[in-house]
Amino acid sequence: MMLVVGIVATALLAVGALFAVVRMERGPSMLDRSVAFDVLTTALVGAIAVEAALSRRTESIPILVVLSMVGFIGSVTVARFAAAEPPKERRPDDTRPTSTGGPTGPDTPDLQEGP
Amino acid sequence: MSLVTDAAAAVCLLLGAFFSFSAGVGVVRFDNLFARVHVVAKPQVLGMLLLLTGVALRLQDRSSVTMLVLVAIFQLMTSPVAAHMVGSAGLRTGKVEPEFLEMDDGGR
Repeated sequence: MMLVVGIVATALLAVGALFAVVRMERGPSMLDRSVAFDVLTTALVGAIAVEAALSRRTESIPILVVLSMVGFIGSVTVARFAAAEPPKERRPDDTRPTSTGGPTGPDTPDLQEGP
Repeated sequence: MSLVTDAAAAVCLLLGAFFSFSAGVGVVRFDNLFARVHVVAKPQVLGMLLLLTGVALRLQDRSSVTMLVLVAIFQLMTSPVAAHMVGSAGLRTGKVEPEFLEMDDGGR
């Protein structure tokens, strides 16, 4: 019984991770990609959890702690340094200036615009 | 007893994997940033907690269950913070349609 459960759960997690990769490739902005990366990390944590549950081995449990921590730090860092982006990645009606003042400036992170 | 806990663990693992799968579907299908943030903040955390419950029911080992509880508490503490930061950064850098919002409380 546990083998069937493991196969089904791993298949669901793999398809979810694949969808996250699709959004990471498509995502119009950096924030969408960071959200998709969060989903991917959690799918990885879930896959390791399923493996630990199936084999009843406890060595992989510390990996779960580390992975959940790293995923949080990644998405918070990307959100903290999210800058106004070049015009092709913004809404067409957004008239606020980009981070470097000009509409065609490079998308360097703007440290003055923090939360 | 072992059969009962194994069945409960199987149900928890399947439900948790299903919720993680639904988070993947939501992140692809939803069309704006806030909806995607919602899918990461809510169904994903529920799926993670169910998966961790399944592992804890299956292992029943004191040190591993302690670590799993630690992961669950950490997830519950950090996921709202990460979702809030991504959402406010999206509002600040103009990733959200204004007509989509009923109220705009983002202090820019």
